[in-house]
Amino acid sequence: MAEVEETLKRIQSHKGVIGTMVVNAEGIPIRTTLDNSTTVQYAGLLHQLTMKAKSTVRDIDPQNDLTFLRIRSKKHEIMVAPDKECLPIVIQNPCEQ
Amino acid sequence: MEIVYVYMKKRSEFGKQCNFSDRQAELNIDIPPNPELAEQFVERNPVDTGIQCSTSMSEHEANTERFEMETRGVNHIEGGWPKDVNPLELEQTIRFRKKVEKDENYINAIMQLGSVMEHCIKQNNAIDIYQEYFDDEDAVEVTDEAPSAKTINVFRDPQEIKRPATHVSWHPDGNRKLAVAYSCLNFQRAPEGMSNESYIWDLENPNRPEITLKPSSPLVTLEYNPKDSHVLLAGCYNGQIACWDTRKGSLVAELSTIEFSHRDPVYGTIWLQSKTGTECFSASSDGQVMWWDIRKLSEPTEVVVMDITKKEQLEHALGAVSLEFESTLPTKFMVGTEQGVVISCNRKGKTPAEKIVCTFSGHHGPIYALQRNPFYPKNFLTVGDWTARIWSEDSRESSIMWTKYHMAYLTDGAWSPVRPAVFFTTKMDGTLDIWDFVFKHCDPALSLKVCDEALFCLRVQDNGCFIACGSQLGTTTLLEVSNGLCTLQRNEKNMASSIFERETRREKILEARHREMRLKEKGKTEGRDDELREELPALDLEELVAKAEEEFFDIVFKELKRKEAEAMKKKPKPVGASGHLELHACDQLDEDPGFHEL
Repeated sequence: MAEVEETLKRIQSHKGVIGTMVVNAEGIPIRTTLDNSTTVQYAGLLHQLTMKAKSTVRDIDPQNDLTFLRIRSKKHEIMVAPDKECLPIVIQNPCEQ
Repeated sequence: MEIVYVYMKKRSEFGKQCNFSDRQAELNIDIPPNPELAEQFVERNPVDTGIQCSTSMSEHEANTERFEMETRGVNHIEGGWPKDVNPLELEQTIRFRKKVEKDENYINAIMQLGSVMEHCIKQNNAIDIYQEYFDDEDAVEVTDEAPSAKTINVFRDPQEIKRPATHVSWHPDGNRKLAVAYSCLNFQRAPEGMSNESYIWDLENPNRPEITLKPSSPLVTLEYNPKDSHVLLAGCYNGQIACWDTRKGSLVAELSTIEFSHRDPVYGTIWLQSKTGTECFSASSDGQVMWWDIRKLSEPTEVVVMDITKKEQLEHALGAVSLEFESTLPTKFMVGTEQGVVISCNRKGKTPAEKIVCTFSGHHGPIYALQRNPFYPKNFLTVGDWTARIWSEDSRESSIMWTKYHMAYLTDGAWSPVRPAVFFTTKMDGTLDIWDFVFKHCDPALSLKVCDEALFCLRVQDNGCFIACGSQLGTTTLLEVSNGLCTLQRNEKNMASSIFERETRREKILEARHREMRLKEKGKTEGRDDELREELPALDLEELVAKAEEEFFDIVFKELKRKEAEAMKKKPKPVGASGHLELHACDQLDEDPGFHEL
């Protein structure tokens, strides 16, 4: 339990990270550092997107599986690590050198 | 061999309705092949024919019907909570969350995924994967591409009865919107039931206008306030000035009183640069230019009559069709009139006579567009009759540069705001011409047929890339020009200014010579009687006409004789052929260029 806390705190403290959240398999946000409405929005949308991405990868090659999903946008990058239990989501602002 | 088929009908049956019936095919004539005719042909061996061994393909074009799009949003609400947990109850949700967090699988998953996530985060922090490595090399621009323009969007008048789009104005911030004024300028020929509405379009949605403006009289011009993007100024067909605030809705916010407004349609309205941002002025073909403050539109703050004899007589005033004002020269403004004269005026003149500074005449018809060059304000562009002309303020007698006379009437023109040597013109046959006079003087750099009907107005967006043109059926087309036409070329400013200077100098030299010649003639005629001077012009005209006729007939006879002589020389051929020759010679006379010499 404490390790979970520590891991999440460490992730949050990295440079450029705007927000972290953990969503469970049903799309319920378990833990989040952002406000509720944003979290709910991210949870709902990214859950569906991850499912779609996963099924795409499996369709092309049934023995393959989705390990990580990164969406780079103009303003920041959204990273999703899918698992059958839960879905950690991190929003980071990658620094321009 | 005569092949004849005879149809017969009784006279009493003429005009009767047709009774069609079906019957078997009948063979009327059968012409068997005649092998004797083959003797006139020679068999050719070998024969050269081109063959291609490839799949035969055909090209078809199809245009889908216009489909309507709508944008809708979806609202997310929380869901997925199990049935026993009420998402609105904070206690229950917290309890649920705590329960999940205690699950061992959850803990393992998080540990594992956490390390994966950290790896990616560190990656992101280490390197910017979208870094541009060769930024500085973009400066070398070789624009060899041919100028081109393509249509991006078309905004059609949603009304049943189509009205011409008479004026287009871009939104001052961000240029995402277009205000288009629709009105029928044919005097009293507006069809029954024609709507007075004008629209503001959002560039993203060409199906439906974003805002509708509902005046009491159709709008001839429409301008956004460059300081306040919610306020629009419009000139109406009945001479009134109207003002809208888009935040307040589609009905007129302010309207000038009809007694003090113009008596003719208002053809030009421009906002002035003032501290309050509420001053504007308008011009109309009744010959007046009026200054207004939109906070008080009940009467104009100032009125100037466009009378070039400087006597302030409204009867002698010239009707204004276009208005020009450059904010960098705030005291001067120019008015283009229906009579083809550009009047340059000074706002700060004490007496009305001082207001009118000078005139430039050169067009044969109304001047529909008048604009100073944004880079060199001393030079301005006028568009009217069948040409576009560029003038310099220093040379009053004639324009310094002009285009050739086109086949169609020119309706509007504008300079490009980014390139000093580029300007755009629209014509009555629906073409848009893009002129670049550092590239080519005699023809437009690019000529595009935008639509089949006449184009009435044109407006370039501030970045020089987008052009909106309005047509006679109310269709506003949005075009994007190629990069070469909207980026400043190397040395272009210098070249354009040297061209202007050179042409101005040329005109000045010509003016000086003209003046000299006129002085000389004056010197000569001062010795003669007044009467003689009066009769001479009349006599001259008749003499000239008689002389011209004589010369004309002389040349005709000479040519005829020449042709006959040639025909005689070729006599040795059989009679039939020479008969043909003579006919041919006479036909040629009609096209003989000698006729045009007169």
